[in-house]
Amino acid sequence: MGSSSSSRNKIPNAQELMHQTGFSSAHLLRLHDRFESLDRDNRGYLSPDDFEVLGGLAMNPIGGRIIEAFFSSGQDTVDFSSFVRILAHFRPTDRNRNKEGTQQELPSSRTRKLKFAFQLYDLDRDGKISREELLQVLRAMLGLQVTEEQLQSIAERAIQEADLDKDDAISFDEFKKSLEKMDIDTKMSVSFLK
Amino acid sequence: MWNIYVNNLHNSLLIVYKGFYPKMAASWGFTLLLCVLLMVCRGLSLAGEDPDQTLSSSGQVKALSPEIDNALGSNHGTTGESGHAVEPITTLPIVSWKWHHVTTPYLVALWILVSWLCKLVIEANHHVTSVIPESALLICFGFILGGMIWAADKVQTFRLTPTVFFFYLLPQVILDAGYHMPNKLFFTNLGGILVHAVIGTCWNAASLGLSLWGCQMGGAMGDLDIGLLQYLLFGSLMAAVDPVAVIAVFEQVHVNDVLFIMVFGESLLNDGVTVVLFNVFDAFVSLGGPKIDAAEIIKGIVSFFVVAFGGSLVGLVFGLLISLLTRCTKNIQIIEPGFIFVLGYLSYLTAEMLSLSAILSIVFCGMCCQKYINANMDENSVQTVRYSMKAFANGSETIIFVFLGISAIDKVIWVWNTGFILLTLLFVLVYRFIGVFFLTWILNRYRLVPLEFVDQVIMSYGGLRGAVAYGLAVMLDENKIKEKNLMVCTTLIVVYFTVILQGITMKPLVMWLKVKRAAVTEVSLLEKLTNKMFNHTLVAIEDISGQIGHNYMRSKWKYFEENWMSWILMKPSARKKQDQVFDVFHQLNLKDAMEYVTEGERRGSLEFVRNENSIIDFKKKSESESFDINNANMSNDHGAMSTTRDPIPSVSLEMHEQIMKAVREAEAINAHHLLDQHLYKSRKQHRHRFSRSHFDINRDEKEVQEIFQRTMRNRLKSFTSAKMGVKPPKTIVKHTQKEQQQKMPNGKSMDKAKTSYSGDEGSEGDSASGYDQSYMRATYRAGAGIENPAFMPDLDPMDLLQIPPWLGESELDSSMVALSHRAQVDLPRTPSNLRRLAPLRISTRSTDSFTLENIPDTQQMDSDQLQPPPPPPRPPRDDGYV
Repeated sequence: MGSSSSSRNKIPNAQELMHQTGFSSAHLLRLHDRFESLDRDNRGYLSPDDFEVLGGLAMNPIGGRIIEAFFSSGQDTVDFSSFVRILAHFRPTDRNRNKEGTQQELPSSRTRKLKFAFQLYDLDRDGKISREELLQVLRAMLGLQVTEEQLQSIAERAIQEADLDKDDAISFDEFKKSLEKMDIDTKMSVSFLK
Repeated sequence: MWNIYVNNLHNSLLIVYKGFYPKMAASWGFTLLLCVLLMVCRGLSLAGEDPDQTLSSSGQVKALSPEIDNALGSNHGTTGESGHAVEPITTLPIVSWKWHHVTTPYLVALWILVSWLCKLVIEANHHVTSVIPESALLICFGFILGGMIWAADKVQTFRLTPTVFFFYLLPQVILDAGYHMPNKLFFTNLGGILVHAVIGTCWNAASLGLSLWGCQMGGAMGDLDIGLLQYLLFGSLMAAVDPVAVIAVFEQVHVNDVLFIMVFGESLLNDGVTVVLFNVFDAFVSLGGPKIDAAEIIKGIVSFFVVAFGGSLVGLVFGLLISLLTRCTKNIQIIEPGFIFVLGYLSYLTAEMLSLSAILSIVFCGMCCQKYINANMDENSVQTVRYSMKAFANGSETIIFVFLGISAIDKVIWVWNTGFILLTLLFVLVYRFIGVFFLTWILNRYRLVPLEFVDQVIMSYGGLRGAVAYGLAVMLDENKIKEKNLMVCTTLIVVYFTVILQGITMKPLVMWLKVKRAAVTEVSLLEKLTNKMFNHTLVAIEDISGQIGHNYMRSKWKYFEENWMSWILMKPSARKKQDQVFDVFHQLNLKDAMEYVTEGERRGSLEFVRNENSIIDFKKKSESESFDINNANMSNDHGAMSTTRDPIPSVSLEMHEQIMKAVREAEAINAHHLLDQHLYKSRKQHRHRFSRSHFDINRDEKEVQEIFQRTMRNRLKSFTSAKMGVKPPKTIVKHTQKEQQQKMPNGKSMDKAKTSYSGDEGSEGDSASGYDQSYMRATYRAGAGIENPAFMPDLDPMDLLQIPPWLGESELDSSMVALSHRAQVDLPRTPSNLRRLAPLRISTRSTDSFTLENIPDTQQMDSDQLQPPPPPPRPPRDDGYV
C-alpha cells in the first residue's frame, strides 16, 4: 500500500480526476504507468507522434481520428488528466452512480459516449456530420471492397435515414435519436484493467 | 435409418391391418384414426419386448374396435407366418398382400406421421401453446398415445432406446443448433458459457450425487442399493440441461441476447459435457469402488478434457472439410446441401468411434462451417440447408418429446421411492440456483456488462432436463446398477416436472421479473456504421491504454480469419462481398424495392415505375450523356460530381444511367442479377437467433424476397399484357390482395406519413426508426418534389385524371434541364426509391470489386425484375417529348 500511495502522489490532482472520471485509484495508477510509457521523453505530456508509434493504432482504419480525439482542444499535446478524461468515455457505464444523480455527468454516461462517437465523425467540429464527413468515415472503414459510387449512395442513404430536419447533415440530436436503440453502454465500453 | 425402431414387429399388427382393411368402409372415422395410432405405436416397439406379450395383447383390441376383433379372431392362425407370400401358391396372384415386406419402413413412417400430427394439432391451438410450451404438450400427447398402447397391450411395447436416440434423433437437433448458432454472440460470451457448461455441469453432477448419497447415509430414502459412485453417475446424467423448452419461451418473449445465448450455449455444450461426464463415471462404476485410486481419478479427469476437446477438434476438422468441399461443388448444386448433413453426421460418428464427445463434435462442426458454406454455396442450396436442417431437427424433436411421454406409461419403470424422487427434484433445483448464482458472481467480476440478478434467476430456472438425461438413464447397465428403474423413473419425473411445470411458469416468470427484452432491431445504416466504428475505436482505445483485451483479441482473430481462413475456405467470388455496412445497404435497398412495389400495388398499378424510369432516363440521357456515359472512369467522375454538388444528384443519375446503358448495350437480360444476388447476400450477415421450431429470422427476409420476385414478375407480366390489351391473369389480382394485407404496417406508416405531412412534418418526432422517417419523406416528396401524379393518386386522385402521367412528367422534364431546387434535394429519395439500387449495379460494372463472372447473371436478373420491359415504354415518350 505504501508504494501505491507514493506513486499515487505522483499523479497530479488524483482525487479530482477520480471524482470526475469515475476511475478507481487502481485504474488511475495503471493508466498513469501507461501514460509514462507512452511519454518516452518524460515531458509530462503526449504528442500525436507518441500515439502514432503504436503499431496497432497505425493499422486501425480510424486510428488517426482517435488520435485526433485526444487533441480535440486544438493543442498538440495532451497531459495526463486530459488523457484520462478521454479514456474515461470508455468506462462501462456506472449504473449505480448515475442513479444517485450526483454532481455532473460522468464521461462514461451514454450521452457523453455518444458525443465522443459523434466527434469522431464530425471532423470540422461544426456540430453536424455532413455528407462529406460521412463519406470519409465510410471510405476509411469500408476499404477496397466497396466502390466509390456505392460509398456515396451509402452515405446518402445514411444521411437520409437520420436527417430529420432535412438540412442534409446529421446533427448531434439526430445522431442520438437514430442510435437510440443501440446498446451504447456495451458497445462503447472497454473493461479497463485494474 | 429408422429400422431400429421396428426391429421387433408384432405380428398382431398384420392381423389388425388385414382385418381392418375390408371393413374399413363400415366404420371409418374414429376407428380408423384410433387403429392407425395404435398400430403405429405398437409397431414401433423397440427391441427387447417379448413377442408373445404383444400377441397375447391382441385381445385387448377387442374392446376398442369390434370390427378389428372379428378380424383378429379369424386371422389369428396366420400370424406366425410372414404374410401371404409364404403360403403355397396355387395360381398366379394378380396382387398379393405383402405387409411383412414393408412393415418396418411402413411403421417408421407411420410413427413419424403420428408424431407430427400431434404437433399439428398442438400448433393449431395458439391460445394453448401461448400458455403451455409445445414440448410439454407433446409429452402430454405422448402420455395419451402411451396410454392407448398400454390399454391395448397391457405392457409398454415401446421405449425410446439410447441407440435410436443418440444415433438417429439427437444428431440433427444438435447440428441444427450448431449451424444456426449466432456465432458472434456465442464467442463474445464464450467465457461465461464455458464456465457454466463445464464447471456448472460438474458442480450439478457432483453436488446432486453427493447430496443424495449423504441423504441415503442419513437414512432418508430407506433401503437402496446405490453406492457413492452410482450416485455420482446418476448426478451426472441429471445434469444434462435441455434447451428446447426454454428457448421456445425465450423466443416468444424475446429476452435479451446475452441471456439468450447464455442459456442456449450453456445447454448445448452442457449436453456434450454431460455425456462425457457420464461416460467417465460409468467407467468408474464398472471399475468398481475399491480399484479406484488417485491415478484412476486423474485419468478420469484427463479423459474428461481429452474427450471434450478432442470431440470439438474433430468437429472443427469436419467443419473445415465441409467448407473446403463446398468451394468446389459448383457443378453439383443440387446435392451440395447433402454434404453438410452427411459430413456433419460423419463428424458425429467419427467422434463417437474415437470415443470422443460426439455432441460437441457436431456442434462445432455446424458452427465452424456455417459462415463459409453460406458464402460458398449457391443461394438456393443455403436455403435448402436451412430448411432441411430445421425440418430434420424439428421433426426429431417432436418425436423425442412424444416418445418421452410414451415412455412414462410403463409399469416396469415405475419404482416409487418418495424420498429419492423428491430429494432429487429438490436438489436439482436448489443446486442449479446455487451453481448459477455462484458462477455468475465470479463471472460478473470480469464481465463488462454484468449479468443482472433477474437474468440469473431466469438462467437458473431455465435449467430444464430433457431427453438427453432420459437417454442416458436408459443407457444405465442394470447389472451394475441395481436400482436402474428407480433412476429412470426419477429422471422421467424430473424431466416432466421441469419441462411441464417450469416450462409453463417460465413465461409468466419472465414477464413478471421484467427481464430485459431484446430491442427490436431495425437496421439502419448509420447504426451499422457507428457500430463498426465502435469496434475500431475500442481496439484503438485498448491499444492506447495498453491492455490486451477482448477487442484486441477479436480484431486479431478477425484479421487472421479474413486473411487466412477466408482465403482458404471461401470461394474467391464469395470473399469479396462480406462487408456488413454494405450488406445493410443491400437490405435497405431491398426493403425499398419492396415498399415500392407494395406502394404500387396499393395504388393499383406499377405504372409509375415505368413513367419515372422513362423520365429519368431522359434526363440523364439528355444531360449527362456527354460527360458521363462516355467517361471511362465512372467512379472518379461520380466522386467529382458529388463533391461539387452537381445540379443533378449523382445517385439517381447513376442508376438510370446504368439502366439506360444496359438497355442500350442490349445487356438488359443481364441487368437484374446483381440485385438478386445482393438481396440474398445480405442475409448472410444477418444475425440469426436460434429457433427450434420456427424459422422466423429468415422468414422475413425470405418472404420479402419471394414476394418481391413474384410480384415483380407478375406485375411486369400484367404490364405487358395490359399494354397489349390482354387481361391480366387472375392470380395477379389475388396476389395483390394478399400483399396488401401483409403490408398493413407499412400502409399504416404511409397514412401516418400523410397526416404528419399535412400537419407539421418536421416535428414528426416519431422515434420509431430512421427507416419509417425516411419512408414518410419519400412519399411526401414523391408528391411534392417530382409531382408525379401517378405516384400519389391517393393524395389527390384528380391529378391522375387531369394530367396523364407522362404529360406531367414531360412537363417537368422539358421545363427544366436541371430540376428545381426542391426536386434536387429530394431526388435521391424520390418516388423511385429503386434508384438507390443503382450503385450496386454500377459497382459491378465499373470496377472489378466484384468478380467478373457474376456480372452477366447479375444484370440479367436486374432487368428481368426491376425494369419493366425497358425498350417498349421508352421510345414513344422519347419521340413525343424529347
